[in-house]
Amino acid sequence: MAKGTRNRSGYDGVVVAAPVSVPYERYSPEPAHWWLARAISALGAKSGLTPADVDGLCVSSFTLFPDTGPALTQHFGLTPRWLDHVPTGGASGVIALRRAARAVQAGDASIVACMAGDTNHVDSFRAMLTTFSRFSQDAAYPYGSGGPNGSFSLMTSNYMNAYGIEREDFGKLCVAQRDNALCFPHALMKTKLTLEQYMDARLIADPIVLYDCVMPCAGAEGYLVMREELASSRKLPYARILSTIERHNGFPDDPVQFRGGWALDKDEFWGLSGITPDEVDLLQTYDDYPVISVMQMEDLGFCDKGAARDFIRANTFTYDGTFPHNTSGGQLSVGQAGAAGGFLGMVEAIRQLVGEAGDNAVPDARYAVVSGFGIINFDRGLCSGAAALEGVRT
Amino acid sequence: MTDPLKRPPKKDPQKRTLVPTLPPFARSRKAIAFTAAAAEGRLALQVCAGCGHVTYPPREICPKCWSMELDWRDVADGGQLLTETLLRTSVNTYFRERMPWRIGTIKLDAGPTVLAHLHGDVPEHGRVRMIARTDKSGQGVLMALPDEETPNMADDRQLRTLTCDPKYRRALVTDGRTELGQCMAQALADAGATRIFVGIAEEWRPYPGSDELAAVPGVEIMPLDVTDTISVNELAAEMGDKADILINTAEYVRPGSTMERHGVTLARDEMEVNYFGLMRLIQAFGPGMRARGADGDNSACAWVNLMSVYALSNWPVYGTTSASQAAALSLSQCLRGEFAGSGVKVVNVLFGPLEESWRQPLPPPKVTPARLADTVVHALKEGIETVTLGPVAEDVVRRYKEDPFVLERELTQLQQGLRP
Repeated sequence: MAKGTRNRSGYDGVVVAAPVSVPYERYSPEPAHWWLARAISALGAKSGLTPADVDGLCVSSFTLFPDTGPALTQHFGLTPRWLDHVPTGGASGVIALRRAARAVQAGDASIVACMAGDTNHVDSFRAMLTTFSRFSQDAAYPYGSGGPNGSFSLMTSNYMNAYGIEREDFGKLCVAQRDNALCFPHALMKTKLTLEQYMDARLIADPIVLYDCVMPCAGAEGYLVMREELASSRKLPYARILSTIERHNGFPDDPVQFRGGWALDKDEFWGLSGITPDEVDLLQTYDDYPVISVMQMEDLGFCDKGAARDFIRANTFTYDGTFPHNTSGGQLSVGQAGAAGGFLGMVEAIRQLVGEAGDNAVPDARYAVVSGFGIINFDRGLCSGAAALEGVRT
Repeated sequence: MTDPLKRPPKKDPQKRTLVPTLPPFARSRKAIAFTAAAAEGRLALQVCAGCGHVTYPPREICPKCWSMELDWRDVADGGQLLTETLLRTSVNTYFRERMPWRIGTIKLDAGPTVLAHLHGDVPEHGRVRMIARTDKSGQGVLMALPDEETPNMADDRQLRTLTCDPKYRRALVTDGRTELGQCMAQALADAGATRIFVGIAEEWRPYPGSDELAAVPGVEIMPLDVTDTISVNELAAEMGDKADILINTAEYVRPGSTMERHGVTLARDEMEVNYFGLMRLIQAFGPGMRARGADGDNSACAWVNLMSVYALSNWPVYGTTSASQAAALSLSQCLRGEFAGSGVKVVNVLFGPLEESWRQPLPPPKVTPARLADTVVHALKEGIETVTLGPVAEDVVRRYKEDPFVLERELTQLQQGLRP
């Protein structure tokens, strides 16, 4: 596959604004529609936009059945001239941004509301696993029905074996994320986590322990994509889009996943962005398990393949650390609200870049990288993506 | 090393019998072909007719060359364990009751990487031998076994969910008057069955081998006449709750086609044993077995039907017997549907001409009763549901799979050979 930047054009003049997070709940009796409604309501309140102003909509949700995007336009009183529904789970925050940015750039839409939300009824997680995908149904779920815990324990074990990374290293990331979460009021996890607690935690699927796993919950996230002039005229603080990539089924012949599609596209990613990894002020990875965060750090080029162990040992990962990472606590400490988990990092990055982060603000944050990873099909995650953003402070 | 299975304690009647829960049963239509092969104990995967690529999970198209001709073919059963885990939580009730559960990722010698149940004796990163079997939900699954036999290997608790091992189980053999029934009792005793109930109709009538049968360890002679509803029901009332394995050895075989008969008397006798006999047994024993599919180490696990391969397609030389066995096979399929979700397997053994008096003039190759009995026990130990025994049966089944309409023509065309 060709590497380098090819002839891709950048995203000049397109920006992202109005980061909103609807506070998560462990269980909710409300449907996904209610959570998405809260997200669009919050977008409206924050931006001053009305249903008549929004002419583009991009949605991601697992629990919206029987509805999809079109039904939401009627439900939410929108008459958009551009609509998309991205079923890419953990990569949906990046992929929605890519889709919406090109639509705005080409003039197919002026203002796109991107949002993701899911509910979590008491039995929804089990029900979702049962019917997640055909390959999983045929070839993964019958083997113990461990869900993602099972798939990722196999990957984690393989990765540890290959690269000599230790549980303490994963633990360091989890503990730092919890420290970040204690400064983020919406995080569901409210108590400090120590490395000792991590090391002694209950095994879920060897070698994965309780604190390696996200807690399924209900919630929603959203942001707006529009032209820079429009954001300025409406006095919305915004971030520019420097670069994005996406890739699906990246390395189909790897017997066990130890890398993702980022590794195919990282040269193009940095080439288009105009910045280097050293200049990045904060990284948001998709962290449904720490091993996946580690793969993203490596495959995006923050360190070499297999060098994450030393990279973790040489850095600190809190919002005020040497390598601020998952600054709101990530899914591990905030919770995994279905497809909104794929938006969490994106929304947090925008918040940091436009100066809306709270006590967990990364000082003088200008450049952020957001990475996504989604859809565990049979034995591996299929969708990967990343975006580089630059904050513009007025 | 696997801990040897202990003899299950006597059941406490005050405790609730576990209700059978199931591993996930939903599958795509393509995956049902994997299940059908697994029921025969075959490891079959899709092989691309265009480029030879072996693919898994089941697909509609070859991901390498986009040919849509993916044939199910038996593949090499060797593999290498790449990574493993011990699951300690599950969202599925069946597995949750059986935690922890060992699974692993295996690179098959045939090409694909698969997820599989993992036998306890497989060493870390070791070589494995793969089997495909039906699980408690009746669907095909993969399990990785140690490359070489280990002590008490069959007693592995994960493997035992796929098999119907007679060890420490109790079995009913429905007709002990024949050599077949007697061989069956002996084979079950050899396999470690603790109690072997053997049905004998009209006990006052002497039969050859009766003394030897009574001397087989664990054998208990019981009055049973499958043509008599009261007799069947009385036996079920007496020992139906101990029927972990039921093997229907009763058969009624006579040569002859329709026009060689006068009236329906013989045909009625055939149906009384081969079809109505089976139906009486199902009605009397089926509900109890279905409820005991998860009843500990000696749960109900298998119902075995023995049928001539001409149940698949009529052979006019034994025309009316073939018809009654076709009826029995159809009823057996119905039973599979009725047992679905119970964890009890329906084992169908299709055999070629048996070495016994009513098939005496047929030429070899034939199947001896001892071989048939051993085959049944082997199928139980292996957890195989569909068995074809003997060169004649294998030939007929092969032709049946190729095209049942052509087979029908082949079996009914004018031919030199035996006339009854």
